[in-house]
Amino acid sequence: MSSKGSCSLHSSIGKKQVMGVSGLLLCGFLLTHMLGNFTMFIGADAFNKYSHTLTSNPLIYLAEAGLAALFLCHIFMAIKLILENKAARPVSYHMRETSGRGSTFASSTMPYTGSIALIFLIIHILGLKFGTQYTIIINGVEMRDIYKTTIEYFRDSLHVLGYIVAVVSLGIHVSHGFWSAFQSLGFNHPKYIGKIQLLSKLFGIVVAVGFSSFPIFCYLQGGK
Amino acid sequence: MGGNNSDTMSLNLKVWRQKNNKDKGSMIDYKLDGVSPDMSFLEMMDTLNNKLIKEQGDSIAFDHDCREGICGMCSMMINGQAHGPEAETTTCQLHMRKFKDGDTIVVEPWRAKAFPVLKDLMVDRGAFDNIMAAGGFVNVNTGNPQDANSILIGQENAELAMDAAACIGCGACVASCKNASAMLFVSAKISQLALLPQGEVESLARTQAMVAKMDELGFGNCTNEAECEAQCPKGIKIENIARMNREWFKGALTSRK
Ligand code: SF4
Ligand code: FES
Repeated sequence: MSSKGSCSLHSSIGKKQVMGVSGLLLCGFLLTHMLGNFTMFIGADAFNKYSHTLTSNPLIYLAEAGLAALFLCHIFMAIKLILENKAARPVSYHMRETSGRGSTFASSTMPYTGSIALIFLIIHILGLKFGTQYTIIINGVEMRDIYKTTIEYFRDSLHVLGYIVAVVSLGIHVSHGFWSAFQSLGFNHPKYIGKIQLLSKLFGIVVAVGFSSFPIFCYLQGGK
Repeated sequence: MGGNNSDTMSLNLKVWRQKNNKDKGSMIDYKLDGVSPDMSFLEMMDTLNNKLIKEQGDSIAFDHDCREGICGMCSMMINGQAHGPEAETTTCQLHMRKFKDGDTIVVEPWRAKAFPVLKDLMVDRGAFDNIMAAGGFVNVNTGNPQDANSILIGQENAELAMDAAACIGCGACVASCKNASAMLFVSAKISQLALLPQGEVESLARTQAMVAKMDELGFGNCTNEAECEAQCPKGIKIENIARMNREWFKGALTSRK
């Protein structure tokens, strides 16, 4: 019994633990992003001030770099795993059925829901973060009027629809991903695994519904 | 085997035929009458083979041995599920009463790069043996055995180890996994040993070695679908995979090799 001193990241378990940890951290980002966005419901000033506080902090570049690294790591690993898994079954089945007792819609569509979320992420950053720049002065401080950009962006019902499709995909993605990360990291015990799985489903719903509320809110505002 | 003629079924079978490892292979249609609902799936295949031998002198190769659900040889993908649609049932324990007269049944071999098809429905599962040889054992010194009662084993661990030891190495987990991952099998073997004091000593190194071998042999990566657990004829739980993940992580952190 000898273990070769090969890098742990080449191991199938190392890779899934990287997916799990990066995924969980990204879940944390989703949650804070969503909570931050809720300031839009308070009003334009609250949203702009929140955005300004966030972007005017010099540490934001570090945070953004970290976030980008997390995304890249999660995506790179996912592509690697998908390719390896394809190679592990070179001849596919003539007929394949799932038992209905194991895999779920969410678990079997991870690459698709992930890809939809990724495409959306790029469109989202281009359309909003790098979207039209307006400025506004609040309490004597000049800042970006991201509220106006957002409202304008979601005047287009296609943008609203695209956003909802994407965040629902994301919700489905995390509803499997969240509990899956715990399993990968070794947390599975009859005492609590049911609760983690329930939490995972709830988190998926919160992500889908919570994020959908923003474009719908903006669309309704934009009509005025 | 009871029943009269009116009880028997006629089936349309689509079976994978492949001459050898090099052959491309294809699905071939067969019609089989007079199948009794009391037959096991393997007896139905025997009946088909008898017919084929009489008619064409060539039979369908498939693995089988105990025919009582304990050896793990009877690997067949039946209608897209490993060992057919019944939960916790091997092909040899699956009965034809689960099918209806006129049904079309698709029978294929396990599909995985690490399980090459030898002929028809027979695959080479030697990869599992190679994983076992990499660490699925306990090293013991020769000499007198010590008194069995001198090693205490908690009841709970004894039960869990026994549950893991129920794995018959059939490969249904690999076959049913969309990624052709062998993690359920490997985790059952690792758990069975890690849960007992005799095996626990080498658990971290064992896990590293067996997982490395599993990866080397070309099995896929687990994505926590749990389809393996659902289609395992022995009800092995993915809780074992979580245990293996923990053991592996501990080993990756502490191994000095
Ligand atoms: S874990 Fe279950 S499906 Fe996999 S080899 Fe063991 S008995 Fe067969
Ligand atoms: S023939 Fe032994 S388990 Fe089916």
